Amino acid sequence: MNIMTDHIIEADGLIKRYGELIAVDNIRFSVRRGELFGFLGPNGAGKTTTMKMVQCVSPKSEGKLSIFGLDPDKYGKEIRRRIGVVPQETNLDPDLSVIDNLTVYARFFDIPPREAISRAQEILEFFELELKKDTIIEKLSGGMKRRLLLARALINQPELLILDEPSIGLDPQARHHIWEKLIKLRTEGHTILLTTHYLDEAARLCDRLVIMDHGHILVEGTPDSLVKEYIGMDIVETDTDPYIIKYLEDSGIKYESGGDTLQIRTEKPREIADGIISRFNRVRVITRPASLEDVFLMLTGRRMRE
Amino acid sequence: MNILILREAELIVSGILKVWYRNALVFRKNIRVNLIPPFIEPLLYLGAIGYGIGTYITDVEGLPYVRFIAPAILAASVMNASFFECSYGSYVRMYYQKTFDAILATPVTLREVILGEIVWGATRGVISAISISIILLILGVADPIGTILTIPLSFLAGILFSSIAACFTAISPSIDTISYPATLFIAPMFVFSGTFFPLNILPEFIQILALVFLPLTHVVSISRALMTGIPDPLLLLNISWIVAGMIIFSYIAVRLFEKRLIV
Repeated sequence: MNIMTDHIIEADGLIKRYGELIAVDNIRFSVRRGELFGFLGPNGAGKTTTMKMVQCVSPKSEGKLSIFGLDPDKYGKEIRRRIGVVPQETNLDPDLSVIDNLTVYARFFDIPPREAISRAQEILEFFELELKKDTIIEKLSGGMKRRLLLARALINQPELLILDEPSIGLDPQARHHIWEKLIKLRTEGHTILLTTHYLDEAARLCDRLVIMDHGHILVEGTPDSLVKEYIGMDIVETDTDPYIIKYLEDSGIKYESGGDTLQIRTEKPREIADGIISRFNRVRVITRPASLEDVFLMLTGRRMRE
Repeated sequence: MNILILREAELIVSGILKVWYRNALVFRKNIRVNLIPPFIEPLLYLGAIGYGIGTYITDVEGLPYVRFIAPAILAASVMNASFFECSYGSYVRMYYQKTFDAILATPVTLREVILGEIVWGATRGVISAISISIILLILGVADPIGTILTIPLSFLAGILFSSIAACFTAISPSIDTISYPATLFIAPMFVFSGTFFPLNILPEFIQILALVFLPLTHVVSISRALMTGIPDPLLLLNISWIVAGMIIFSYIAVRLFEKRLIV
């Protein structure tokens, strides 16, 4: 019983098939109350499909899935009542004003009109949209639309907030604004589930995350622990140059080649950087701590996705 | 009756009304644009066909031509308003505006969304019927009490044509393919349902085809009886077709949308 209350989502052996295609292949994860949990992966990894199963809009093909301890196949309506969803593509009502978008949506959750208006006012203030209250959606910027989508997802005071690529297509200011709000929501105790293919977003926001590719979960952990476990060292980067390669091979230093950059994973970044600089002129050498990006590229490969 | 079934029905109705309310609110925001076609279109038909061509035509079934086509123009407008709302209108909401997706993330179910769309489409039919009734009564080409009775009829007919439209929308691969039912089904129905000439001048088997496959025939038949006061010999058949069609096509529409959207 304890496990039930601590875990908002539990999935085990979860599979989703579309005909021949297996979009989600036997995944297992659990999300605890109050945590910001991320699904990181390239396009087509199965992140959105997983979110749709959790939102109870797409039925699972096989496996176990429980949300708030309830079975989505039987209690979809009840579960959706307690969830807020921010979709990847905007689906606001373009003909309606900002405030009407929120109050119409509130009706779908059986929130009485008066209550809906007071909640909407409060949420618009939180997202700094109160001055745009009577603006028609078509006249909002991309960042404001995304903030309003997030605002709308909170109208039913959800226990679980699901965001599919919350900052995709936004300029840096708008991204930071969304991040700031998400961090604030987490501090207020909201449980948040998000998908992203931005590594900086995952590293900055997530308490825990999984990296997904081709329908599988490759790893799970906190951003820091993943970096420690999978890279464990610092990175030295330098130009791809036949002389440098020869030097590294002669000295028995292992490297990886990615385009015009050589990467050396090492516990002694200073020593190696000095070695290169002292032997070659006008060469670019950078030492840096390993990041989630390195883990991600190591696990999913450097291949481009279509 | 089982109390649980009643409770379930109440919940479905509440879901349908929420979807209806959303569409009504958007309609109200654009009311000036939305209310022009229901007034202009029938005036064009009445003017050009009723009063224009009508001057060359002697009485049809004992009625002046303009009185003969007035009820048909009302019925056809209900058909057009409902059909286009639940074909192009619904397709835009489903595919371009992603309104269905937004609603499906709430406790409202797909079944309620589709039935809400159909009831809203019928409401558009009623709005058309009311606007035309006003014109017809001002022109004095219809019986006032009978004309008021066409309002409930237009709601039933609206459900029928909306649900037929919803079936096509559910299987339409793109918004362009909606023009097939619009030109191959709705347009011929507009002219061959006893609208501009009585069905009985056609060969008998075509009359039967019209009665079986063209639901507008039944709506025209009833509205003509109501607005002219001449009894309708096929009243029972007309009503049965409309009511059975409403139920069957609504059911099929829900199933087709579930097949398309719940994946």
